[in-house]
Amino acid sequence: MPIVTINDQKFEFDSGETIIQVAERNGIDIPHYCWHPRLSVSGNCRMCLVEVEKMPKLVIACSTLAMDGMVVHVNSLKAIAGREHVMEFLLINHPLDCPICDEAGECKLQDYAYAHGTGESRFIEQKNQKPKRVKLGPYVMFDAERCIACSLCIRFSAEIAKEDQFTFVQRGDRVTIETFPGKEFDNPYSLNVVDICPVGALTNRDFRFKARVWDMSDTKSICPGCSRGCNIDIWVRNNEILRLTPRFNEAVNDYWMCDHGRINCFKFVNADDRIDSPMIKKAGTHVSSVGWDEAISKTVSTIKRFKSDEIAVIGSPFAIVEDNYLLAKFARQVLHTKNIDFIKHINPADQDDILIREDKTPNSLGAKLAGISPRNGGLNFEQIMEGIKGKKIRCLILIEDDVAAISQDFLDSLSNLDSFIVFATNNNKSTELADIIFPSATYAEKNGTFVNFQGRIQRIRPAVMTIDLDRSLDAMSLSRLDKFGTEFDRWGKARKINARSTWRIILQIANSFSMKFNYETSEDIFLEISQTIKEFDGLDYELIGELGIQLKSYQLVEEPILV
Amino acid sequence: MSVVKKRRKDLTIFQKLYIPEIVKGMLLTFKHLFGPKFTRQYPEVRYEQPDSYRGRPVLVQENGKERCVACGLCSRVCPALAIEVQAVETEDEKERYPNLFEINMLRCIFCGFCEEVCPEEAIIMSKDYELTFTKYEDAIFGKDKLLVPVESLKGRIEFLRKYR
Repeated sequence: MPIVTINDQKFEFDSGETIIQVAERNGIDIPHYCWHPRLSVSGNCRMCLVEVEKMPKLVIACSTLAMDGMVVHVNSLKAIAGREHVMEFLLINHPLDCPICDEAGECKLQDYAYAHGTGESRFIEQKNQKPKRVKLGPYVMFDAERCIACSLCIRFSAEIAKEDQFTFVQRGDRVTIETFPGKEFDNPYSLNVVDICPVGALTNRDFRFKARVWDMSDTKSICPGCSRGCNIDIWVRNNEILRLTPRFNEAVNDYWMCDHGRINCFKFVNADDRIDSPMIKKAGTHVSSVGWDEAISKTVSTIKRFKSDEIAVIGSPFAIVEDNYLLAKFARQVLHTKNIDFIKHINPADQDDILIREDKTPNSLGAKLAGISPRNGGLNFEQIMEGIKGKKIRCLILIEDDVAAISQDFLDSLSNLDSFIVFATNNNKSTELADIIFPSATYAEKNGTFVNFQGRIQRIRPAVMTIDLDRSLDAMSLSRLDKFGTEFDRWGKARKINARSTWRIILQIANSFSMKFNYETSEDIFLEISQTIKEFDGLDYELIGELGIQLKSYQLVEEPILV
Repeated sequence: MSVVKKRRKDLTIFQKLYIPEIVKGMLLTFKHLFGPKFTRQYPEVRYEQPDSYRGRPVLVQENGKERCVACGLCSRVCPALAIEVQAVETEDEKERYPNLFEINMLRCIFCGFCEEVCPEEAIIMSKDYELTFTKYEDAIFGKDKLLVPVESLKGRIEFLRKYR
């Protein structure tokens, strides 16, 4: 193996690797703007200047191939001086916008100006004037003055999103990026350019001015938008989710996530149509809020009126593995019904080769593995639909899904049910028809696991407090304000939904049937799952960790589409 | 063998006579009674603070609008977490302004860090020190109480430009 020396340390490398790749792999930081590990090399920011012995001038580490016997100095006086000069050039025309710039706090130019700048400007002339606040597309805002022309966004669009929508126009200090005339920057991955933009030139219009980044807490979680299960960070301030950003996971989503997930997969958590307490239908169509105990005893007395084959249970691919497992256990051991299935949400028109999957749920594989399937002659979902139409099924229990949204025909037949029990996060068509409604916690308000389409099991963690959760006692991530504030401050008085994890509600109902289910946390359920279901054998939350783990015994099987 | 230690408290004969000491004390009293006065009739007669005085922080109002761009640096630097800012977009050149700016005056410790960190000279320590509340809610000052026209803050702004 050839060997390169960087900062007096010797490293082996494969031929074809650049200096910056070797350095990064071995934990040596070479500052850079325009280089990205997944994009082609353009070498135009000049920030990664390093000194190589026997070379007459400084070279850029991102496009210089490592050679056998090469001696590289990242922090020699000459290299440091070179980087200082590059920083001075970059800052000449950069406006002092930091107070009004959304990137401030996670800006590479700020970080590098602090670490590699001289701290003062010799430039006394007028700075360049360029267009500000340009709406490039539905989600992306562009500020031309802040742009340092690194071309990351151009290369991302062409190479990762596979839609060549940007280009440089003009030259020298007038250079700027533009979409083609009359065209918008609207590919389904457009917001990733906001993440990779090293400055605040490209910002998220959806998140614009909502919060400073240092005021938010971030929680490692999983996007519930499709069965890809992109790793995300949930950013929360005042107990309200303000944005989602992708989290690097090479096996699942790399550095990226789609705009649909980023824009649409958190607003329902903050929405006004959240169900905020258990509800019971009294006197015809009127639903009213009741306490948990009343709703649970009502559920128990309702269910006891039916024979076991008159009851059907619908699990959910939106719910976590633990919810589905406990629901299946409840159905088999308490209700003695075999009519268990879940609804598939497949949209073959909306998928691509990058990230977006046709299965629009995060956990359909997990629901199936957890036992949500009509084994031993039970009815599957279509048969349950038929059973409701034929009045054979008289009691339906539904968790975290909207069965009434499937078709108008089926919605009409739901009035045949004598009893319809719904666990839901938000109001939907099913909750309008329900006799008993339980408020479920969303994916951002509970611990649990999702299994994505690859058979990879990944953790979600609570980011938003419900009335059952406490930010510090439940070890949720804390922002500065959460850490040092009191309950009297505004951020202590934020809205908390009266909702519980679905498994917790099922547990209470089951124990009201004089069962002795004994789980304190979702991890207790998961440990039982790992002992009883062979695909989960030997796993625990610690092993799954931040990046998830592949279910070893699971083989990918393509299944026919149900709905 | 015993040594009687003289204590500092031991009085001289002159002091033990008592009357001369009273006269001495009364002389001091009468000296101040007829000398120049330092007290003032507080609510009627007020104290003229120097420009270096740090009273309650206020927001500078210029042309009917706040200078503040809601960058949140005051909120970040505030050691007592007294300041809360929420930015929204405006069509003005400054792009953003605070639609909520609250200072919890029960938390404020008058350190002046907010004034020092402000990039827009938009939050200034005024000379107002008379702060009394009867309710918790009254102690949280919103934009209605914080906005002060720039003309009335001239002295402090000049002081800052000179000495900061």
